[in-house]
Amino acid sequence: MSTLNWTEIFGQALDAAGVLIETQSAPTDNLSVWHIADRHWQKLAESAMTHQLRWSAGWAEQDDDRFIVHALFEKQGRYLHVRTSIDLNTPELPSQAGVYPAANRSERHTQDMFGIKFTGHPDNRPWTRHKAWDKHQYPLRKTFAVQGQPEAVTPPDMDYAFVKSHGAGTYEIPVGPVHAGIIEPGHFRFQAVGELILNLEERLGYVHKGIEKIAEGRTPESLARLAGRVSGDTTVSHAWAACMAMEQAANIRIPPRAALLRGILAERERVANHLGDIGAICNDVAFTFAQIQFSRLREDWLRTQAKVFGHRLLMDCVIPGGVKSDVSDTDCTALNADNLRLRKELSDIITTLDLNSSLEDRLYTAGFLSNDIAAGFGTVGYVGRASGQDFDVRRDAPYPPYDQVTVKVALENQGDIASRFWIRYKEIMASMKLIEQFMALLQPGEIAAAWRVPAAGSTGLGIVDGWRGEIVSFVAFGADNKISRFYPRDPSQLNWPALEKLVLNNIVPDFPVCNKSLNGSYSGNDL
Amino acid sequence: MFRLFTKILRTGIVTERVKAPKDAELEQLGIAIKRQIDRRFSGSIAIRAVDAGSCNGCELEIHALNNPYYDIERFGIHFVASPRHADVLLVTGPVSRHMQTALLRTYQATPDPKWVVAVGDCAACGGEFGESYASCGAVSNVIPVDMTIPGCPPTPEVLIKGLLGLMNR
Repeated sequence: MSTLNWTEIFGQALDAAGVLIETQSAPTDNLSVWHIADRHWQKLAESAMTHQLRWSAGWAEQDDDRFIVHALFEKQGRYLHVRTSIDLNTPELPSQAGVYPAANRSERHTQDMFGIKFTGHPDNRPWTRHKAWDKHQYPLRKTFAVQGQPEAVTPPDMDYAFVKSHGAGTYEIPVGPVHAGIIEPGHFRFQAVGELILNLEERLGYVHKGIEKIAEGRTPESLARLAGRVSGDTTVSHAWAACMAMEQAANIRIPPRAALLRGILAERERVANHLGDIGAICNDVAFTFAQIQFSRLREDWLRTQAKVFGHRLLMDCVIPGGVKSDVSDTDCTALNADNLRLRKELSDIITTLDLNSSLEDRLYTAGFLSNDIAAGFGTVGYVGRASGQDFDVRRDAPYPPYDQVTVKVALENQGDIASRFWIRYKEIMASMKLIEQFMALLQPGEIAAAWRVPAAGSTGLGIVDGWRGEIVSFVAFGADNKISRFYPRDPSQLNWPALEKLVLNNIVPDFPVCNKSLNGSYSGNDL
Repeated sequence: MFRLFTKILRTGIVTERVKAPKDAELEQLGIAIKRQIDRRFSGSIAIRAVDAGSCNGCELEIHALNNPYYDIERFGIHFVASPRHADVLLVTGPVSRHMQTALLRTYQATPDPKWVVAVGDCAACGGEFGESYASCGAVSNVIPVDMTIPGCPPTPEVLIKGLLGLMNR
């Protein structure tokens, strides 16, 4: 099957099954938009599963007296965006979660935020909603005021029905939301026997701060700032995805120089995060040498960013239409010098780590995620790529500037912590090469296109590869250049469920390193 | 092991003096603070970092305080795992409503005398997220705050200066 026609074959299969597809104009070559009837929603998922499509994202929006529910699928770098509309007064839709486990939490989020009931859902517990709003209130409905009606003190969420274990010798360990380290809040519920983890259940949603709701009514510049804070460590890529969606809605092409600069920013962000994580993974097994060395390298890297781009973490560097500031020749020299230095340092340190048998003991075979489970949850980024999921938006659905270079994607099949460690190292090396290629391609020119106000009702879908993997950003415009809907799908939303599986058969003391090797974003998940 | 030691020796000590606009003043401040910490807290201040809803940007920079350049422990300041061991709560983020009770309980679990430092623009005033059905906004809307350190996120230097300033109050 060629990469060009699986959508056609899939469409024919659905047609034969009696699903009427209303095709809409596709904004890009590798994206098709279909509208189907609500009653076929589950059938579509079943067929998609048979045709080996990956479930990527799901969200909803309110359009006057209807809800429009969206699902995004991907195969071989080609995306299928399916929509259906349902009545506002009887908001029910057959669930896709029974077919695609990846859709489970997403549908629960949509249920909590819109009050859309997914019939036949395998798990009807709330997900994002704790106690900050009532069971029968839905924050993303247009009638819900952004201020809500909160109580003076939001009570703790006490009655969430965690899975229980029974039997002699089994016990429960509740952890969080406030954790022992300097990390984001979330709750983990372990069932263990002795030191062995029998089951882990995640309860997230603690950092839900209403990002989707407060995005409504924003201007494009203001939305880019907000998107840059969906997850602080992914500020470039989230801002890029949101801007890409807005630019698509406004029918704007960004200047070539802006695309290259965005590429440099995104790859620098990837390197900075991997440097931090490699050190932290080693630190979690008490190998402090690596933590000290890698935190030193990360600091060097961030300082160059502050000097060249004006912000250590690169916040607000990506703006609608392009980038905020240009780089000079001196800046490029500084960026190149960074690469040279990092390569030299890594050749020392990585060799040292590779030879360290105590590190090997702790990282190899621990936190194993099988290729099947990784595929089942549709995991992306280094989590998926360490378990054989050979997908990278930059290579498979390239967008400028990645369409001008050859993107080499690191892949491992072992699925353990060591694999996720080595993928990160390989990605650092590949990113440095990309940065150099982008700099070589830089030609003098504009760094931002003039903004054009999109017509009311225009929508856009931005899909980029952030350092954690594929990011999907949906934007719809209302009147007067204002945002009417923003939905960012962080890679963590797909990767978090994998943690519940990869910790099984590990001991409780290894949980921190298992968790760190996955490093999901809480803020990006909770929204 | 040989390679490891060689790397350590060749890297040497990278810890820097904190570069503030007025270095001498800061060093003076540092000495004064060290005296304060020595006198009131037997030589060390224990900090519990609490993320009450941040985007994680502030956490990244708080982490950087422990890297070998800043090495904040040299001032007698260290991070602890439990509020019960802490003198200072370093709170980030707008306080999400879902974290409100957890933050209150963490505050109650911290023994007196205690200080609360709100870190970052969100903690100071709600920042990009403000107050809404899901966010209480500033940390001071939930627990008493002794000091705020603005920035999105504040750089490690700003954080160190802020903390040193707190000790000198």
